[in-house]
Amino acid sequence: MMIKIAIKNLLGARLRTILNVFVTAFSFFLILFMSAMYDGMLQHAKQVTMDTEIAGGAYWHPEYDPLDPMRFEDAHSTLPSEIQSLVDQNTAFPVLVSQASIYPAGRIMPAIMKGIKPDQNIVNMPTNSLSGHDDISIPVLIGKGMASDTKLEVGDTFTIRWLDADRTYDADEGTVVHIMDIENFKLDMGHIWIPLDRSQSMLSMEEEATYVTYKKGAPQIHKTEGWIHRDINYLVQDMEAIIEADKPGAQVMYVILLALAAMGIFNAQVLSIFRRGREIGTLMALGMTRTRVVGLFTLEGGLNALLAAAATLIFFGPILYHFGVNGIPLPIDYTEMGMIMAKRLVPIYTTGLVVSTTVLVSIVVLIVSYIPSRRIARMKPTDSLRGKAVV
Amino acid sequence: MENSLVVTIKNLVKQFPVGGDYFTALKDINLNITKGEFTGLIGPSGSGKTTLLNIIGGLDSPTKGKVSALGNSLNDTSHNVRARLRRKHMGFIFQSYNLLPVYTVFENVELPLILNNVEMKKRKAIVKEAVASVGLSNKLDSRPNMLSGGECQRTAIARAIVHQPGLVLADEPTANLDAENSHHIMKILTDLNQKLDTSFIFATHDEKIMDYLRRIIHLDDGQITEDEFIKNSKVDTSK
Ligand SMILES: Nc1ncnc2c1ncn2[C@@H]1O[C@H](COP(=O)(O)OP(=O)(O)OP(=O)(O)O)[C@@H](O)[C@H]1O
Ligand SMILES: [Mg+2]
Repeated sequence: MMIKIAIKNLLGARLRTILNVFVTAFSFFLILFMSAMYDGMLQHAKQVTMDTEIAGGAYWHPEYDPLDPMRFEDAHSTLPSEIQSLVDQNTAFPVLVSQASIYPAGRIMPAIMKGIKPDQNIVNMPTNSLSGHDDISIPVLIGKGMASDTKLEVGDTFTIRWLDADRTYDADEGTVVHIMDIENFKLDMGHIWIPLDRSQSMLSMEEEATYVTYKKGAPQIHKTEGWIHRDINYLVQDMEAIIEADKPGAQVMYVILLALAAMGIFNAQVLSIFRRGREIGTLMALGMTRTRVVGLFTLEGGLNALLAAAATLIFFGPILYHFGVNGIPLPIDYTEMGMIMAKRLVPIYTTGLVVSTTVLVSIVVLIVSYIPSRRIARMKPTDSLRGKAVV
Repeated sequence: MENSLVVTIKNLVKQFPVGGDYFTALKDINLNITKGEFTGLIGPSGSGKTTLLNIIGGLDSPTKGKVSALGNSLNDTSHNVRARLRRKHMGFIFQSYNLLPVYTVFENVELPLILNNVEMKKRKAIVKEAVASVGLSNKLDSRPNMLSGGECQRTAIARAIVHQPGLVLADEPTANLDAENSHHIMKILTDLNQKLDTSFIFATHDEKIMDYLRRIIHLDDGQITEDEFIKNSKVDTSK
């Protein structure tokens, strides 16, 4: 019986219902969209990291700690034989990591110099741009961010100074052969990439490397001879730590959006109760109990949410779908701000997201419908009949 | 004759808190109303007519004294019991009609039946009959904003009597209407009064109504100053 009256009220109050439903649907859409964008962003960042950096996993020299450049000088050796055989089969490639100082345009800057095999095709980096520069003493590949920091352009030369295995300083001239537009800022900021054999001879570390990255699906090595196996889970850890650290921010955003939605509905509900004071008084005069009136208004709020969900699907569904398929072009290049961001962001709608958002929005709608409705119970029918709704 | 009493009021006092003090709107009211009465509460503005009507309808509670309506004490009853009493046995007519704007005439009149859980099949016929009795059969699907004031009030009357209540309370039902409509409304109400054996209590200061009343209770400053039974009212009481 109540539901019939509630539906009648909603359908009868055409414009008011449409507005309420639209406000709710819009908030619903925003929450869904923003969350999906955020998920898409994280997913993308993870994907990019895997794609450009992690591949299937890696074996690290026991002394290697990417966060401690002071120890790079101890973190190198020839490869354990089983790992070497992976490299020989082209299912892995070695990287030699060292510290260097560079002098672009007379300035001095510390840099991480990584020697990489130009012909690797395991990670998505334009390393082959390093090959075939016999006329250049050190071909250098840098990222866009590094290029703008150092104001270097393709063809520019600069001095590189490094400490070799005998702990003596040496220097030579590097030439920028390519500037890569890579989304993974970790491969960009402070990095110079040079051919592996060049770095090995510069450092007098022939055949040596700091870590080896292997392809997805490469056979697991058992005799690592002290080298440490770092699987994907380990390597995405810091990525996940960033995501974890970012979560409170995302949750704040989620809560703000939800609060906006709630406020919209709350407002609409308060307004409608205020405006409908006389109606409430009439219903009570006709013998509706207070509990039932409260129930009726809460139910109307709930139906509102249901209609809003449907409206979201109908009106915003195509937009959500469109972005889900085509992504959203971003106007700014966020890589320069030290973020892994696609030029085109593709929101990801997981079932979990849709279900949890729907449930959450519904609960919030019910609560914010119920709270103002409860005021009805405190109203005296005689007051409401005179149109004096006390909210 | 006790069972033919529709309303009994003994030593009723109603006070409203005003600031830190009380305003006494009704002072020691004693009143009995029997079945089938067509009674008006008459008095100047602020004399307590609406207050008394609200208390009889259980919309407001007495400060002191005993009030019962249709055999139910209204002194210590819960909201729910009073709501049930109104739902089943009372009808209300208001000065400003108080129709639900989003409902059609049919739906407005149907509402008391829905609240009383009358089956849908039965509802339709009952509503149509009630609407016919106020002469609005051609307006069943109209909404209140498409109706004239008189038509709105007739709809409200249909809504007040559709569930055949024992008592109808009408607060200034003609105050917003012109003379012609007021007479039309009063004729309808006197007819219904006789047909349905329903008791009517009006609160009014509309002179036009007085000729129809069979009992006039004069209120002044919260007290009954006169209680007259009228023999030659426009209603033929001989039947
Ligand atoms: N809720 C309230 N709080 C305080 N005072 C009230 C309240 N309701 C009514 N009163 C006062 O009680 C007195 C009687 O009011 P009531 O509405 O019963 O008068 P009335 O006879 O119906 O007048 P009218 O003809 O103008 O409708 C008035 O002085 C009014 O100000
Ligand atoms: Mg009044």
